[in-house]
Amino acid sequence: MPPAIMAEGLVKKYGDVIALDGMNLSVPEGTVFGLLGPNGAGKTTTVRILTTLLKPDAGHATVAGFDVVADAHRLRSHIGASGQYAAVDDHLTGAENLEMVGRLYHLGTKPSKQRARELLERFDLTEAADRPVQGYSGGMRRRLDLAAALVANPPVLFLDEPTTGLDPRARAGLWDTISELVATGTTVLLTTQYMEEADRLADRIAVVDHGHVIALGTADELKDQIGGDRIELTVTNPADLETVRRTLAPLAVGDMRTDALHVTIPVTSGAASLTSALGTLAAERVTVRDASLRRPTLDEVFLTLTGHQTTDSPKEHDR
Amino acid sequence: MNTLQMAIADSVTITKRNALKIKRAPDLLGGAVILPIVFVLLFAYIFGSMIEVPGVSYREYMVPGVFVVAIVSSAQITGYTLTLDLRKGIFDRFRTLPMAPSAVLTGQTLSDLLMNLTSIVVMAVVGLIVGWRIHTTPHEAVMGFLLLLLFAYAFSWVTATVALALRTPEVFNNIATLVSMPLMFLSNVFVDSARLPGPLKAVAEWNPVSTIVQAARDLFGNAIPATAVSGAWPLQHAVLVSLLWSVLILIVFVPLATRLYQKTVSR
Ligand SMILES: Nc1ncnc2c1ncn2[C@@H]1O[C@H](COP(=O)(O)OP(=O)(O)O)[C@@H](O)[C@H]1O
Ligand SMILES: [Mg+2]
Repeated sequence: MPPAIMAEGLVKKYGDVIALDGMNLSVPEGTVFGLLGPNGAGKTTTVRILTTLLKPDAGHATVAGFDVVADAHRLRSHIGASGQYAAVDDHLTGAENLEMVGRLYHLGTKPSKQRARELLERFDLTEAADRPVQGYSGGMRRRLDLAAALVANPPVLFLDEPTTGLDPRARAGLWDTISELVATGTTVLLTTQYMEEADRLADRIAVVDHGHVIALGTADELKDQIGGDRIELTVTNPADLETVRRTLAPLAVGDMRTDALHVTIPVTSGAASLTSALGTLAAERVTVRDASLRRPTLDEVFLTLTGHQTTDSPKEHDR
Repeated sequence: MNTLQMAIADSVTITKRNALKIKRAPDLLGGAVILPIVFVLLFAYIFGSMIEVPGVSYREYMVPGVFVVAIVSSAQITGYTLTLDLRKGIFDRFRTLPMAPSAVLTGQTLSDLLMNLTSIVVMAVVGLIVGWRIHTTPHEAVMGFLLLLLFAYAFSWVTATVALALRTPEVFNNIATLVSMPLMFLSNVFVDSARLPGPLKAVAEWNPVSTIVQAARDLFGNAIPATAVSGAWPLQHAVLVSLLWSVLILIVFVPLATRLYQKTVSR
């Protein structure tokens, strides 16, 4: 079966800014693909090209078997898109918004109305259905925008940063909704700046930076790609931190990170490293309050791959 | 559905959407209905007692002029809403849908037309109450209203073009005011252009707004009797020239707006 989404060598320039620099993607049908990258990485530009909003300067792409440039019009009946900024009409009610979208998909007046009601119910918007969108909360708008993307039951769905700007509760709610969608076999391309989101929703993740993919795989594969595990140590006495750093340096395969009484050490040989570390520290008479071994987080993967953080919550780390 | 049926169906959908917007937004509705009423009353009662025009009552003279003022100012409102739409993501939504791309602008201009129709009806009623009268045959009167609507429709393509070119609501508003003020005041809308000083007179007599106002006055029987022979050429053949203006505007601005729309939204 051909991939539901395929992009080869997409390039897009805005004057001097190279937004996309050889973007390649291949998303098998019925899977969720996460495009993970910091602000300005080229995620939105990719989605805009794949949803026919923008023509690439070079390269080509097909979605659901249609060329995004040559077959743009026919492709539009097969995709749904929910943008980074909710594209709903403030003055229209939730129901009117969805009915309008249904009519523009040429579903007919009656089916459009019926579909609108169904979706409003599914997205928990029935109560607000006949109120102008102006009074909706951010989370409600996002849900309505997502509902609008689903009006025609499209086989391929594009979600550009669907949860950016939402509070944690609204985000969790939207995650559940997206998971349910995926269960019905829709192919989803999702962009995000949040590791947790990609980890939670995506079957495969492409890490994007400066307009192209710099790493690709499942969340686990990406974690493996940057090697081994992490030892987490908590000491009781801040004075011991220096000893920990000095004596365990030979075990570490990358930067050690210190955060208050807490040290994170990347290692390759898992449990053996932990045993050896604890042995060394015992010999040095360092009191260890807590020690554990864990897999790297995607944040760490990202940091290692790009040399910079994804989100605007930089963590303190010494070198 | 063939392409034409689709274009029509989609235009109707977008027209409905814009009509709903106008209905819901008090400022838009105010622009379409309340402002014209204020204009009619203001000029009938305040300026009507000070300004004199030869051979016809000022109230009758002024009402066709206010029709055109309302058309120009409501076009400004819809152009403004177009720039607001551009700023939000709604046009992106439209463009990912399998709809006829032309429907966005035809829908926009058709809903403008509905708004203009509403405001002209309201103004006509208020005008009749304060003493405006039609002195021509019903046939000519209908022609007068149709001509106003045609001009209104053509003019909203101009607004759409400017809105798409400027994109920013604030910039649009400033430019629109800067252009529409002289268009309205350097004309025969409120005063008899023949009595303006030299250069202003020439500008006012060749201003297309004057032509359309004169045409409406001719068709409703509210014109100063002398303009038919003494005015500049466009004023002497106002109905014909107004038609030409409207058609010319459509020929130039429909493709221009369409091109700009394609370009503007695909950034
Ligand atoms: N319309 C535009 N004009 C100029 N530069 C743009 C435009 N859209 C995006 N860019 C630039 O292209 C790069 C990629 O942007 P974008 O695709 O929006 O990234 P992301 O969605 O990952 O944050 C950024 O440097 C951005 O500033
Ligand atoms: Mg983006």
